[in-house]
Order: sequence, then structure tokens, then C-alpha cells
Amino acid sequence: MESELKRFRNSPNSEELTRRSSFPDEVIERVLSLFKSHKDRSAVSLVCKDWYNAERWSRTHVFIGNCYSVSPEIVARRFPNIRSVTLKGKPRFSDFNLVPLNWGADIHAWLVVFADECPFLEELRLKRMTISDESLEFLSVSFPNFKSLSLLSCDGFSTNGLSAIATHCKNLIELDIQENGIDDRGGSWLSCFPESFTLLEVLNFANLTSDINFDVLERLVSRCKSLRVLKVNQSISLEQLPRLLVHAPQLTELGTGSFSQQLTFPQYEELESAFSSCNNIHTLSGLWDVKAIYLPALYSACTNLTFLNLSYAALQGGELAKLLRHCPRLQRLWVMDTVEDKGLEAVGLNCPLLEELRVFPLDPYDEEIAHGVTEAGFIAVSCFCPRLHYVLYFCRQMTNAAVATVVQNCPNFTHFRLCIMNPRQPDCTTGEPMDEAFGAVVKTCTKLQRLSVSGLLTDLTFEYIGKYAKNLETLSVAFAGSSDWGMQCVLEGCPKLRKLEIRDCPFGNKALLSGLEKYESMRSLWMSACNVTMNGCRLLARVMPRLNVEVMKEDGSDDSQADKVYVYRSVAGPRRDAPPSVQTL
Amino acid sequence: MSLDTLADSTGSDVTSLNFEDTELTLGLPGCESRLPSVRVTKSCSKRGFTETVDLNSRSDCHRAGKPPAAKAQVVGWPPVRSWRQKAVAAGGCKYVKVAVDGAPYLRKVNLEEYASYKELLEALEKMFSWFTINWNYKEESKVKGMEYVPTYEDKDSDWMMVGDVPWKMFMESCKRIRLMKSSEAAVLGENAQKQNFEMKVPSDDDPESLNVQENGSRS
Repeated sequence: MESELKRFRNSPNSEELTRRSSFPDEVIERVLSLFKSHKDRSAVSLVCKDWYNAERWSRTHVFIGNCYSVSPEIVARRFPNIRSVTLKGKPRFSDFNLVPLNWGADIHAWLVVFADECPFLEELRLKRMTISDESLEFLSVSFPNFKSLSLLSCDGFSTNGLSAIATHCKNLIELDIQENGIDDRGGSWLSCFPESFTLLEVLNFANLTSDINFDVLERLVSRCKSLRVLKVNQSISLEQLPRLLVHAPQLTELGTGSFSQQLTFPQYEELESAFSSCNNIHTLSGLWDVKAIYLPALYSACTNLTFLNLSYAALQGGELAKLLRHCPRLQRLWVMDTVEDKGLEAVGLNCPLLEELRVFPLDPYDEEIAHGVTEAGFIAVSCFCPRLHYVLYFCRQMTNAAVATVVQNCPNFTHFRLCIMNPRQPDCTTGEPMDEAFGAVVKTCTKLQRLSVSGLLTDLTFEYIGKYAKNLETLSVAFAGSSDWGMQCVLEGCPKLRKLEIRDCPFGNKALLSGLEKYESMRSLWMSACNVTMNGCRLLARVMPRLNVEVMKEDGSDDSQADKVYVYRSVAGPRRDAPPSVQTL
Repeated sequence: MSLDTLADSTGSDVTSLNFEDTELTLGLPGCESRLPSVRVTKSCSKRGFTETVDLNSRSDCHRAGKPPAAKAQVVGWPPVRSWRQKAVAAGGCKYVKVAVDGAPYLRKVNLEEYASYKELLEALEKMFSWFTINWNYKEESKVKGMEYVPTYEDKDSDWMMVGDVPWKMFMESCKRIRLMKSSEAAVLGENAQKQNFEMKVPSDDDPESLNVQENGSRS
């Protein structure tokens, strides 16, 4: 009621508004509340002022792809009723140590504003943000209805912050701590959930390393009857796992702990029996240092599996094959390249419904090791999995012909991320650049949204991308291209481009400045170790005042070179929290 | 493929094999037993090799697009999240490289997967069979009748015979494994004669000698 009054006070002439619009505001709002996608809602808000207002009052979830594109005050003012916020902070290359540690993207200022303006906030999902223990504590006491916390690739906090969340958030249903730079000081945080607490539905602490008190965990799992997602860390053994599973047969997502303890036969039987009562599992992960002989214990739980994450399990091809025979409904599979081409053949033969495949390298930095997957494995999967549309493939060799075959078999790729691990490596049978491979990808896969290129590439690759990739939104480039022309082709040719990240390429000021108008329609541009100079960046900043142009310098580099450049559109103006190493031009 | 049966056999005569000519055995010259098990002894003294071991010697890459020589690691490349690497490394993995003289590439084994030398060497047997398929058989004449000695580099960067120390001690101190051609391993010095070096007892009916067979036929 209060919000209704507020709205009438703020609107110029409430009677006039009611007369003009065909429906009362309440009706428009009710209709608009059915729009979930933020893209749809943005479109709706642009129709007319009525719709803008109706939309902003009914919006419950806000997605902010770049935390610096807008200020927390603007967001809170525009959307007074938000319950859920998703925020992304640092440039993606921060995952690979290319961004200085104190770069920014601190959540605290946002929390302070929301505590004031949107105290009914329930959900916070952060990616690549910095969040301190103090912020976590502030969060836990400032929002009485707080329900969901999800942190991915974040840093700045320790398990003490998790203690605060467990202690104070009486209505918590989700605690999802994914891969983060967390200071793991021990497992006592888990004991901070009160014994009376029973609401948890999602608990993910798979990537914490410390031991936790198993009895505490067991009691928590047994009293949270709505628990549907449980992902434990490596400290939970194979012997302990069944004791958790018997309390939670309703689980839909399970992340096991370590899968390698020596089991006695009765213990194995107990494990097998526990899995056989888990009929609802559709997502399985964990399986740290898996001992393949114990995998059969899982088989009965694999019938309805749609997502299998084996990216931490160093399985051999034959072992994977045996497991996959029991996973006929698999849609998403993440594996390590220890499975080799033989394993990927088994994927093809056993998983006809596969839509997504990610192959991670066991030894990305070791060039002496030559195992892993090759072009043969890639082709094998594509032959038998026509629904494949998402691939992330780390390999040490590839050919143009193989990639052409793959996309011919699977023309529906939306996400094609190929990483030939040795920079600038040519086609391993012809010695030629890999231009034709990516040319085939963009020509054939008209729905392509995301592309990562690798291998030896000339400007021709980028000519192809600019000419054919009309739905491309995200492009990642490393160690590629011959001249500014390459980058120009992309900036001029890809109408839907939103994110462009480039490292170690011969693109300079001419290329940078060819995208002047483009950058306002994009979320961000990253260029590092290219040929861009400070003067080029200054010119860009001067001509385009609605862009933030940030430069990070390396120690000991030439004063005139702009080592790392991050350009993004913003309505909040230049940020004031940049560290000394980051210069906003 | 009879390699699997070799692992199971219990001391049958070498000469009963059909592929004797191309057989590779892991053991010292003259040793003819084939079991991949070893009698582990407690040896206090280290036995090193006088020559330096060069793990970079490998036959030519057959493919046209041979990767360039190893270079200094580039920051943030390949683009794998750092905690993924830490997680794999932390989780009970003791990966060591295995080099075989004459093979073009190295392999890696996780010592944590094995409870004894026997298990390790059985696994290495299987890996060798894969290598033979890929090797350039122009070198077959060199391969004929060759024997391989399993050696390893320990924490102090000394090269030792595999089997010298108890398994757990080996697991903790082993940094990498090299299967040396026995001709190169011949220079052992006086230490090799010592009684407590069980592995090198050359005897037909010694079931405990360290030996891995190589099947020379292609599949």
C-alpha cells in the first residue's frame, strides 16, 4: 500500500494517466510481471512512459552485466521492488590473472544502498565481484528476508563471512559457493547453522578445501527436507557419502566428495544401495580423484542424468565408456582430456541427446605431455551427437578439415570455444593457418552467439567473422590476426557484438578507433598486449564521453604503450574506486 | 593382444612366446623372468647413475605441424581458471611423468592410484603397448631384444632404481620415472653387485624380478 501511495505522489497527474492508458496500471503491471527475461523487460520499458513506469514497479529481478555501467543509486531508484540482483564485475580475463587484484568491483557500496532502498532483497548472485567478510556480515543482518546467495569467481572473503551468513540468515534457502578465491580458514562455518534451521534447498561448498564436521553436515541434511542440491567438498569420503544420501533421496543435484577411499565390500554395497534410492538426480559432479572400480555404485542413479560434470575426475577413456553406457539421457557432459579420443568416441556412441560438451586439460601448462584429445575425438562426437550446440574444447592439435566436418555434422552451434593450447599453432597436417576452420564455423553456424578462436590465424579469420557471424555476441581472441584490418572487420561486421576480448594481437590504434560508435552498443571491450597506445586511448575517451576508458600499465613498460585497455559504456560516469594502477582517461 | 596374459602368467619360460624376437623386457641384461612384481628391500644407500639423464631426447614428430619448441609459460594461457588447477592438483594426485627411451612423447601416471610396485608396473605395461603402436618402426632393429630398466628421479634429484625403497617412500620421493634402455643403465658401479639389490638377480625361475614385456606386434 505504501508503494502505491508513493507512486501516486510521484506521478504528474494520476487521473490523466488512468484516462490515457487503455488499462489501469495494475493490469499492465500484472501482465508485465509475467515477463521474466531482462531483455524483454528492457524492450517493454522503452515503449512509452506508462509502460516504463509499470515495468519498473513490477520488476523483481535485475541483471547487471557490468557493475560499473550503472550506479547502485540509479538501480534502486528505478526499481524499488526488486527482490533479486545479479551482478557481474571484473573483466572475464581476471579469471586468468590478467587483472590486478585490487581492481575493484566491490559489492559493498551496492549493499549499503540496497539496505536503505530495497531492504526486502532476497537474492544476490555475484560473478567476478570482490566481497569482504564485513560485507557478508552486513548482508546477513541488513536483509531480513534474505534467501539466496550465489558466488562465482569472486574474491576477498573467507569462511568467516560464510559463518555470518549461516548464523544470521534465518530464511536462507540457498548457499551456493562456486569456484572462488576464498580464504578457507576451516569448516566451522557449517556449524553456524542453528539446530532449528530447516529451510535449506541448495548447499554447494564443493570448492572449499578444509575439513568440515561430518556429524554437523549429516544432521543439517537430515533436517532440511527440501534439500534438492547438495555439493560437498573433497573432505567427505566415500564411506560417509551414503550416510548423507539416505537422508536426502529427493536430491536432484549431487556433488560427491572424494571418490577414492579403499572400501570394504559391505561399505561398497552400502554406497550402491544409497545411490539406488536416488531416483531424482539429474546433475552429478565432484568425483574427485575417482577410483574407477567404484563407479558402478553410481549406475542406478544415472538413468535420469542430464548433466554429468567429470571435469575434476581424471578418468581414462575406457572407464568413461563404461559409465556412459548407463547415462542414455545425458545432455551436458564436462570431462578432462585424460579420456582422450577413445573416451570421446564412447561419448558419441552412448549419448545421442548430447547438447553440450566441455573438455578440460589435465596439464595445460606442460608441453612435454602429449596426451589429451585431438581432432579425431571432436569429429567422433559430432558424428553421433547432432544436437550438439555448445562446445568448449582444449586440445593440442587441430585441423581445418576436422572443424569443417564437425560443423557440417552439427550446424546448430550457439557456443563454439576452441582452444588449441599452443599459441599460433597451425593446422597439424597441412601446416596452414586455421582460418578456414573458423570460416567454416561462422558460415555454417548461423545461430552462433559465442566464439573463441585459437591457433595460427590471419586477418582472413576476422574477415569471415565480420562477414558471416551476424548473431555473434561474444568473441574471444588471443595470439591471432595480422593487422588492424582484422579487428576492423569484426567491429564493422558483427551487428550484435556485445563483448570483445583480445589479448596478444597486432591490433593498434587504427583498429581501436574504428569502433567508436560500436562501443556504445557493446557491454565492453578488452585489449591487452596489443599495439594500442596511450594517445589512442585518450583520443577514444575524448570523442566518446559516455564510455569509460581504463588503462592498466605493467611495471617497466613503455610510457606510451597502453598495456591493458578496458572500455565500457556507463551511465554512472568514471568510477571513483579505481586503484592507482588503473587510470581512467 | 597377449600383453594382458603376460601380466597374469606366473614365471613361464620366455622362449615359449611367439614374439620373442621383438620382445622388450624390463630388467637387467640376462634376466629372463617376466613378472612385473618386485621384491622390495629396505636399502639405506642410494644408488645413482654416473651419466646425466637427458629426457629431451625423442624421435622426430611425424606430423607436418610439429609444435614449436617449449617456450616460457605465458601469463593466463591457456585460459584455465586457477582454482581448477589447484583443485585437481590438491585432490590426492601425485602425477609423475614417465619417459621411455626412444618414445617421442611422455606420459603421466598418478602414483596415488597404485598400492604397490606391481600395480604401477602393470599400468606401465599397458602404456607401453600404446607406445609401440605409435612408434616409428624403422627403428625396429634397435628395438629388438631391448630391455628397459625402470628408474626414477627422487626429491634430491638423484636417479635411482625403481624398487629400491618401500612403496610409500617411493611415492613420496618420486618426481619422475624413466624407463632406460638397459645398455645405458649398464653403468651401475660396484653398488649393483650388492645382495640387497633384489631386482637384478638374473635367474630363470626368479618370480620376483622386475620385468615388463613389450609386445612388438602392431594391432
